Amino acid sequence: MKTPQLIYGKRLTGEEKLYNFFAMLGGITVFIVEYFKYFFIPPYEIEETKKHMADFGMKTLPIVSTMGIIIGFVMALQSYFVLEPLGATDFIPGSLGISILREFAPILTALLFAGRVSSGIGAELGSMRVTEQIDAMEVSGINPFKFLVVPRVTASTLILPLLTVYVIFISVIGGYLATFLQEQMNITYYFNSMISYIDMNDILQGMIKTFFFGFMVGIVGSYKGFTTEGGTVGVGLSTTSAVVTSSLLIIFIDMIMVKLGMM
Amino acid sequence: MARNKIIRIENLTKSFGEKKVLDDVSFDVLEGENLIVFGRSGTGKSVLLKSIVRLLKPDAGAIFFEDENILTMKEKKLLETRKQIGFLFQSGALYDSMSVRDNLAFPLRKLTKLPAEKINDKIEKTLELVDLSEAIDKMPAELSGGMRKRIGLARTIITEPRVILYDEPTTGLDPITSKEISSLILSLQRKLKTTSIVVTHDLICAQIISDRVIFLKEGKLYIEGKLETIKEKDDKFIKNFFSNEILTEAE
Repeated sequence: MKTPQLIYGKRLTGEEKLYNFFAMLGGITVFIVEYFKYFFIPPYEIEETKKHMADFGMKTLPIVSTMGIIIGFVMALQSYFVLEPLGATDFIPGSLGISILREFAPILTALLFAGRVSSGIGAELGSMRVTEQIDAMEVSGINPFKFLVVPRVTASTLILPLLTVYVIFISVIGGYLATFLQEQMNITYYFNSMISYIDMNDILQGMIKTFFFGFMVGIVGSYKGFTTEGGTVGVGLSTTSAVVTSSLLIIFIDMIMVKLGMM
Repeated sequence: MARNKIIRIENLTKSFGEKKVLDDVSFDVLEGENLIVFGRSGTGKSVLLKSIVRLLKPDAGAIFFEDENILTMKEKKLLETRKQIGFLFQSGALYDSMSVRDNLAFPLRKLTKLPAEKINDKIEKTLELVDLSEAIDKMPAELSGGMRKRIGLARTIITEPRVILYDEPTTGLDPITSKEISSLILSLQRKLKTTSIVVTHDLICAQIISDRVIFLKEGKLYIEGKLETIKEKDDKFIKNFFSNEILTEAE
């Protein structure tokens, strides 16, 4: 699969940029179709998938832990400053729970995940492409798409929802720390209050989209890496482009899913 | 006894943009022979090799592997055919994230149902053939250029292909290592009874390995025959090519 590539240092015309954009959309669509085609054909690369899940999870865990606790803490504090003058601090756990569950945990985890994982996949597969390792696999009769792309995309799709559940938990703890410091709120009251505001729809709306985010991170990283051209400069471009494209797609998918969820 | 034509290339044409890299190239490769492909840089030698395994798709022409056209065969058949054709890349193309043992085991694990002990035995025997048994647990980054070529060669022959394509097997190596690699290619070919197509600029390599030579010039097949016969031709391009090569060797 060949796509027009940016040439380092060359200023592209508007027409060339538009052409590249549509070529990329077409390329990613073909990549998605190929993924489903090879996903169902045995042999299944279960060990590779497990290996990548562990790798992606471990790579992202430190940064999402830090982000989760800070976001929970800051959001609780901001809510306190707004609600305290109104005497409505009892609403802090509920509003915090809903906003973390429905929006903040899924999207911020996905964006950080894209930064770590999509760039990692893009760089790894890009290096393999320019050093002919993917060609070597192909000419030996092994399908590189099935061995390199399918396990990475599957791993990315499965691990992001798990990370999001973890971030929700960490953010809620962060939120409790802030309310305890400001209000000395009882922990049982905090959790009971939060649970009373949350319903199944909040959980579903928050969690379903994380599978789509994880899938797109895997697909975009793999696509950018797999179609790398132009040596080490090309690898750099693919890596950057993988992060930018997957982050934009995450925001775009989120917008669509929120709109669909409101219907 | 006449040997079979294992590969037939007919009217192969390939362009990149305006530049015609291969222009109506046709030749045969006989089973068991060592064919050298000579030509200046950019004359389509590597494009020719990559077309044989369909890494690149030519614009026109046909490539037959035992009467089946590689360029039109279905994906499943192509994978089966590729298993019979080994390819040694210029850089060796070793998998960076795997040790030498895993590099050699990888195609066996994926393409055969051999048990782990048999795979290990095969790896050890193949590394003995390329004289690098001690490198078994090293990572590719720890290997020298010559060692990478040898391990690349070991990975190519471990699946017992019938044809091996070599893309500049001695480029970037010192003259002594180049001779060692060339002799190794010849001895493996004799032992394993493979057919070889070797793209190279290296005259010494060609002298050691070749049964027959073809020259590409500006994308066209310029001349073919025995190396000794071609060297004696009263042809300006040929004389110029060999004098430059000899000068390079002397340097």
